Amino acid sequence: MTTPVLSVRDLVVEIPTRKGLLRPVDRVSFDIAAGEILGVVGESGAGKSMTGNAVIGLLDPPARIAQGEVLLSGQPIQNIGREALRRLRGKRMGMIFQDPLTSLNPLLTVGEQLTETILEHLPVGNAEARRRAIAALEEVGIPAAAARIDSYPHEFSGGMRQRVVIALALCAEPELVIADEPTTALDVSVQAQIVALLKRLCRERGVAVMLVTHDMGVIAEAADRVAVMYAGRLAEIGPVREVLTAARHPYTAGLMASTPLAGHGRRRLRQIPGAMPRLGALPQGCAFHPRCDRAEARCRQDPTPRVEDCGGRAACWFPLSAPADRQEAGA
Amino acid sequence: MTEAGSATPPAPRPPGRLRRAWHSDFLWSFRRAPVAMVSFLVVAVLVLAALLAPLVAPHDPFDPATLNLMNGFTPPGEPNAFTGESFWLGTDDQGRDVFSTILYGMRISLFVGFSAVLLAMVLGVLLGLLAGYLGGWTETIIMRVADVQLTFPAILVAMLIFGIAKGITPPEYRDQMAIWVLILAIGLSDWVQFARVVRGATLVEKNKEYVQAARLVGRSPFAIMTRHILPNVLNPVLVIATISLALAIIAEATLSFLGVGAPPTKPSLGTLIRIGQEFMFSGEWWILFFPALTLLALALSINLLGDWLRDALNPRLR
Amino acid sequence: MLAYVIRRVAQSVLVLFVVGLVAFSMFRFVGDPVDNMLGQERTQADIERLRETLGLDQPFPVQYWRFLEQAAQGNFGLSYRQGRPVAEILMERLPATLELAFVSGLLALVGGIALGIFTAIRRRGLAANAIMTLSLVGVSLPTFLIGILLIYLFSVELGWLPSFGRGEVTGLGGWWTTGFLTQSGLKALILPAITLGLYQMTLIMRLVRTEMLEVLRTDYIRFARARGLRDRAINFHHALKNTLVPVITITGLQLGSIIAFAIITETVFQWPGVGLLFINAIQFVDIPVMAAYLMLISVMFVGINLIVDLLYFAIDPRLRVDRTAGRGT
Repeated sequence: MTTPVLSVRDLVVEIPTRKGLLRPVDRVSFDIAAGEILGVVGESGAGKSMTGNAVIGLLDPPARIAQGEVLLSGQPIQNIGREALRRLRGKRMGMIFQDPLTSLNPLLTVGEQLTETILEHLPVGNAEARRRAIAALEEVGIPAAAARIDSYPHEFSGGMRQRVVIALALCAEPELVIADEPTTALDVSVQAQIVALLKRLCRERGVAVMLVTHDMGVIAEAADRVAVMYAGRLAEIGPVREVLTAARHPYTAGLMASTPLAGHGRRRLRQIPGAMPRLGALPQGCAFHPRCDRAEARCRQDPTPRVEDCGGRAACWFPLSAPADRQEAGA
Repeated sequence: MTEAGSATPPAPRPPGRLRRAWHSDFLWSFRRAPVAMVSFLVVAVLVLAALLAPLVAPHDPFDPATLNLMNGFTPPGEPNAFTGESFWLGTDDQGRDVFSTILYGMRISLFVGFSAVLLAMVLGVLLGLLAGYLGGWTETIIMRVADVQLTFPAILVAMLIFGIAKGITPPEYRDQMAIWVLILAIGLSDWVQFARVVRGATLVEKNKEYVQAARLVGRSPFAIMTRHILPNVLNPVLVIATISLALAIIAEATLSFLGVGAPPTKPSLGTLIRIGQEFMFSGEWWILFFPALTLLALALSINLLGDWLRDALNPRLR
Repeated sequence: MLAYVIRRVAQSVLVLFVVGLVAFSMFRFVGDPVDNMLGQERTQADIERLRETLGLDQPFPVQYWRFLEQAAQGNFGLSYRQGRPVAEILMERLPATLELAFVSGLLALVGGIALGIFTAIRRRGLAANAIMTLSLVGVSLPTFLIGILLIYLFSVELGWLPSFGRGEVTGLGGWWTTGFLTQSGLKALILPAITLGLYQMTLIMRLVRTEMLEVLRTDYIRFARARGLRDRAINFHHALKNTLVPVITITGLQLGSIIAFAIITETVFQWPGVGLLFINAIQFVDIPVMAAYLMLISVMFVGINLIVDLLYFAIDPRLRVDRTAGRGT
């Protein structure tokens, strides 16, 4: 097995607050191989964005990585220092944010923002950088790239802007891209295009992608594997087909049952009773047990398990095992 | 359901208003900010001293009968060479006790400041209400005038008004009228911000149901404006007024210093500084120093207090 | 875009007319216009001619128009106090004010921006906190008090700098007089420039700091960091440009007030500019000078505001889009 591009091991992010120490990310581990798209899904506040920020080193103080490792192509990067991390960003790992309108500097042309990034990371001159910038725009599907390169961000439509953002993230040829809700701020019709674009570019270049979203449809469409997060912990991780159709963790099963998916015919959508607990008010034992109808004594006493402790798929002492169990959950 | 005859303990009385005020967010943040507390203390002491001037001041500096020219230029604390009297902060060229002139001077500064803001507030609120409620030409004219006036710094407008008013007043009355003209000038230069805020708030209130109801019942526009709308638009006005007060006091000091404000016969702190400047080089430093120090303390404290107040009352920062 | 420009210009013209009206009213109704225009020594023939020119028996609007005509030609009558044409006196003293305003404006701008950036980038440092505290003092103290304190320290106690006047000036090009070319001229400029510029500088500094801190929190700065750009590129290439745009507008609008506050500084230092002239005019109720100063100042204010607005328009590409289409794409 070749070294995975990204390897996260028992990552813990802590935020010291007046009310105590919060853990928005608690012992999360996963790998992403080259050319693979890992979807990271979960409700708002589950810790998905925080994980992405931790990987690329853009945590806002006082949040910080307290424990664990982040390995980029085998090399630990969780505490290599600001300057070393900066050199990696853009060149070896890129990030895409949610809102394309606010992601681009309104006072600089698209071309300026592209060439500046290229010049920072690649050993080329101005003319070559400009050429590459135009090529990058063409790659993401901007028509008449040579003409549009000197336009300002507000002169593009929403979907076009997100393409520019993708071009910017990829122009220095990173091995890893973290996409934080890349389609949430876009029209539905445009979402599909962007997703397809991301998929194609990453397959072609062998880039590893961490796709953070709360939209199951995007996951089903684009991801190879999916990781489900709950209250800062990893609940389940596995190949996308398997997780979506035969979830093992009760939470994931509940999520699937409450999400309308094409091909499942008409059925009642079920709700998971209760709500995801806030970080400052986590229950004793497994974080999900108060809402789980399979909870036993162990779930109330032992701390939330990790995926690795339970067989590598679902972080649960009593996972759903067979399709038969899914019948029970009301498919 | 309780049965007849069973006694329920009486509900505890809600804490009195004073207690609630002490524990409110507002005063809590005040108690936490040492700067605000010190500033408030300084301001309070100065204001109190000014108000009680007739009782506290050892002399009345403006009663010609008590003045002795021979007392002039006495250094602070030392007995005068001719009369043997000593004065805490020394005397000026006319033999007036500097300490007393400062106390009386502050009175005038504070009086002008308060009156000017009052005038600005009344005028601004009135015009704002009219503009907001009546709309049409009234609104256009009032707001255009406001815009034009806003093109210029308030202090310039105040100087101009003072100059024109002085021109219209016969020379014999000028000194007497100076204080009133000053109040008029500063007040007129400041009404715009009140008008704008009140107009905005009026526009909002105008469309609410209680106003529609009053109109249906046939209340006169005047009654609606004063009885119904006015109480609801006063909140932001009070905040602005507090901050305006600080600016008005400083504006008065500036105008008096420039010679277009309180006259030497009824000097304010600014006038005293103007007088003191003449003696800066000839060695009688105290004539300038103490009034300047007082104004410094007053200006700084008012501003710090105002700064804190602005932050504390700003809903966005909470 | 053209519509915007036309609207702004129309607004400016309106303000000028209103101010002209005020100046005219002062001229006509406060004191005697004949005295105002002709001074003490005049003949009956002069008076007749003046009545003609000013149309003193004509209806109000006609008089107003005639007044504006005269003003446009630079004829503001004779100063009560000095008996000389007001226009002449104004022109004589204008260079002093302009030089002072220029130097203090430059000081305020450069100092303010530099300190603002410094305190924004190094927000937690000791130096930054000390500067912010001092700036609070700078904003709270009235200008004249600052001037007096500076004089006390540097003239009375230390004796390094002069406390009044402009020093030696040299004539330039027939009309202008400058203090830049002599040592005493430059020395005399220092304290007044600091006094006048200090308030502006603290304002600009706090504004730049606030704006820059805001900008540094935006998504596009985050994205720039995510792309691995250096701190220097981020602070100075990205953040600065976005910070300066609102700063320019507000600064430009402040320029006007520098000219007004010059009145105070000129009085403290007895600086022979148009500000001191104005104050003296008020004290002596010299109406023609007051009216003329008023008109001069408003032309400056309105002109500056207009230029700043148009400049802002040119700098921010977002505003150039036609307002009716693509609003907030």
